[in-house]
Amino acid sequence: MSSNGIKIAIVGGGLAGLAAAMKIAEAGHEVDLISVVPVKRSHSVCAQGGINGAVNTKGEGDSPAKHLDDTVYGGDFLANQPPVQRMCDMAPEIIYLFDRMGVPFSRTKEGLLDFRRFGGTLHHRTAFAGASTGQQLLYALDEQVRKFEVTGKVRKYEGWEMLSLVMDDHQVCRGLIAMNLQTLELKAFKADAVIMATGGPGLVFGKSTNSQTCTGSAVSAAYQQGARYANGEFIQVHPTSIPGEDKLRLMSESARGEGGRVWVPRDPGDKRKPQDIPTAERWYFLEEKYPAYGNLVPRDIATREIFQVCLDGFGVAGENQVYLDLTHVPAETLTRKLGAILEIYEMFVGDDPRYVPMRIFPGVHYSMGGLWVDFEQRTNVPGLLAAGECDYSIHGANRLGANSLVSCVYGGFVAAPAAIEYAKNVERGETETNGIYDAELKRQQEINDSIIKSEGGENQYKLHEEMGKWMTDNVTVVRYNDKLKATDEKLIELQDRLKRISINDSNLWATQAVPHARQLKNMLELARVITLGALNRNESRGAHYKPEFPDRNDEEYMKTTIAEYSAEAPVFSYEPIDVSLVEPRKRDYSKGKSAS
Amino acid sequence: MSTNGHIEKKRLETPPAKFKLKIQRREKEGAPVTWDTFELPYRRNLNVISALMEVRKNPVTADGRATTPPVWDMSCLEQVCGICTMVIDGRVRQSCSALIDDLLIASGSDTVTLQPMSKFPNVRDLKVDRSKMFDHLKQVHAWVELDGSHSLGPGPAISNEVAQERYALSRCMTCGCCLEACPQYGDDNYIGPQAIAQARLFNMHPVGKTDMDDRLNGLMGEDGITNCGNAQNCVQVCPMSVPLTKAIYETNRDITVNALFGWLKK
Repeated sequence: MSSNGIKIAIVGGGLAGLAAAMKIAEAGHEVDLISVVPVKRSHSVCAQGGINGAVNTKGEGDSPAKHLDDTVYGGDFLANQPPVQRMCDMAPEIIYLFDRMGVPFSRTKEGLLDFRRFGGTLHHRTAFAGASTGQQLLYALDEQVRKFEVTGKVRKYEGWEMLSLVMDDHQVCRGLIAMNLQTLELKAFKADAVIMATGGPGLVFGKSTNSQTCTGSAVSAAYQQGARYANGEFIQVHPTSIPGEDKLRLMSESARGEGGRVWVPRDPGDKRKPQDIPTAERWYFLEEKYPAYGNLVPRDIATREIFQVCLDGFGVAGENQVYLDLTHVPAETLTRKLGAILEIYEMFVGDDPRYVPMRIFPGVHYSMGGLWVDFEQRTNVPGLLAAGECDYSIHGANRLGANSLVSCVYGGFVAAPAAIEYAKNVERGETETNGIYDAELKRQQEINDSIIKSEGGENQYKLHEEMGKWMTDNVTVVRYNDKLKATDEKLIELQDRLKRISINDSNLWATQAVPHARQLKNMLELARVITLGALNRNESRGAHYKPEFPDRNDEEYMKTTIAEYSAEAPVFSYEPIDVSLVEPRKRDYSKGKSAS
Repeated sequence: MSTNGHIEKKRLETPPAKFKLKIQRREKEGAPVTWDTFELPYRRNLNVISALMEVRKNPVTADGRATTPPVWDMSCLEQVCGICTMVIDGRVRQSCSALIDDLLIASGSDTVTLQPMSKFPNVRDLKVDRSKMFDHLKQVHAWVELDGSHSLGPGPAISNEVAQERYALSRCMTCGCCLEACPQYGDDNYIGPQAIAQARLFNMHPVGKTDMDDRLNGLMGEDGITNCGNAQNCVQVCPMSVPLTKAIYETNRDITVNALFGWLKK
């Protein structure tokens, strides 16, 4: 720590981490920013469609109160409402700030910000920069933080991975240990407070829409050191992704926001090209079942419907795929508003979506669950905060499209002053000298050494594939208790087999084997939290759906699931949620909303 | 051909059972270069990344020799993070969007050759260190100076035309393709098209414009814009179609105008 100044360590350089870094540096304090990749390459770049904020420029009478209502209703009443309200109130300011930073948002004729429609709302509330909004917002923060890097307020450690927190004897977080991914050197980062902003755990499911860096490993490490993990079982499966060998590529909800229609041939054996099938012989099943919201029902609903249509044998060409059709929209409009994502489809599939309907299927996309935080983004561990996808606080049981970017920035903007406030008041005392850093360094080095020495013959990449397949098959769209139990048994078996891997890289310089083995261990812990959380929750709510318990059960389960680590299995408890702002009601997207 | 003049993608008509991946290896920076060839079962939707993932699982060469798994960088796999850039069959590009099918058709061979970019320190195998690209961004002050991040209302109105032009520049993902292809870039003697285009991005912004001088100064040194040899390789390899040569031209013009007015102001 520098003389008497405050130093905050931030883990993760996506939108949430950079938002916090900018605020802390701007307040005159120092930041160590630790990221596995150069921050400009963080997973936030993958967000496509836009960022929500009730700026109400379309004369539709939109307001933050309506944004709040859409968010908690779409989230099926599992989120504590006060932080959601605060986020929705802040959202227009956040969009304006990015506008001032120079984000090239799409604009109206008058030169004002343009807004598009997204799922789960009837308003044009989504500001966008083409169809690569996440990339553009991330770059804007990256630029602002680079400015603070030049002035020396922010020090970046790119190519470093957090392995563990450093806790003192009173279970207060005093910093962290990270590993240099090139040299495998371990380093202790002393800090007055640590903000986790590490994103989601998509790789737990093997293939997902997430980047390869989204392992959830650092969050799992914090969980294993006493941080509570909340609502782990709530995993969003995005309705429209492009299945691939290496990942499921996202096809943004903005495709439907700009008029995209989902359909299958009414005759499941129809062999004609999609363009040759007349409208009357197409089944627009979302529009038919949900006349008010149509193709823009929330993601959990669209995903289940697509899944069910394929299960019932209506998938295109008998496979797990349905059409997402934009061919009725003028090609010029599509290029301007959706160019980036249509290029992705064309690049990987080969067809031009301007002229041929896309073939899509649901894919694991986002974790609503994450580290438990209070309304100031503080975890239960003193000195540890969290923001962005890695915290659980905003999205309840289902996230609305374009709410993730705003929640990342909001989380960072709240965590930063909370971390500073904490740092100003924390007793530093003897922590500099009492050896806690050396002890934790030693413990982490021993874990590395044992991985390097291990010679049991198991292959870590095959174990990862196995975990991903079990999780995808049993812990995604439709969940059955017997299968969840079997999955947990499988995870325990994989944990055991992981102890007997042989890393297949004798060259330790820049090796991927040692970091991956450590990530896999941590992913397996999170996989158990997700699976057992799902097993325990005997109801259906948002993204969590059990045919055996098809209804939402507010009396028993309108509660936050909290998992705490123990060596045998996660220990679960439940916390009531704050619904003081919007009275819980049943979701029904076949009609427009009357309430609120 | 299908409807509306859309051309359908060309596919290998008689897909091979197997194909080869020839990979340039290096244990660490400064170590000698070696080559390994791996044989893999062909599947229609393989890209270079998924082929590398197969090799990583079981790194045994085509002639049956066990070796270390090749090391490469990857993250988004949607050609938007830029990290997985390498030289594939002699051309610099992202490995996530390089489909094996397309590569075999283009080369007419059964082998795909992978090399690291040559303009950056080679960390190991296909992994390079591009941190100097981020230093270039510092040199050209690639940001808008704000009064602060507190609430100050909306930014200035901007025509959609200008917004679209800026968007095209702002899609640059710092992948380094333009620098790899540029005959002038290397040995720190030329800052390269990437940073010049980012300077242009901020010089086009109504607020960014106010500190244009700082940005242009960063481009007037010995490694500055005058070193561009107008080879135009950069725009041809840019995966995001960033209008790099246009940005260089316009920035050059700004420098000239600026120099003129600077002189008049004296």
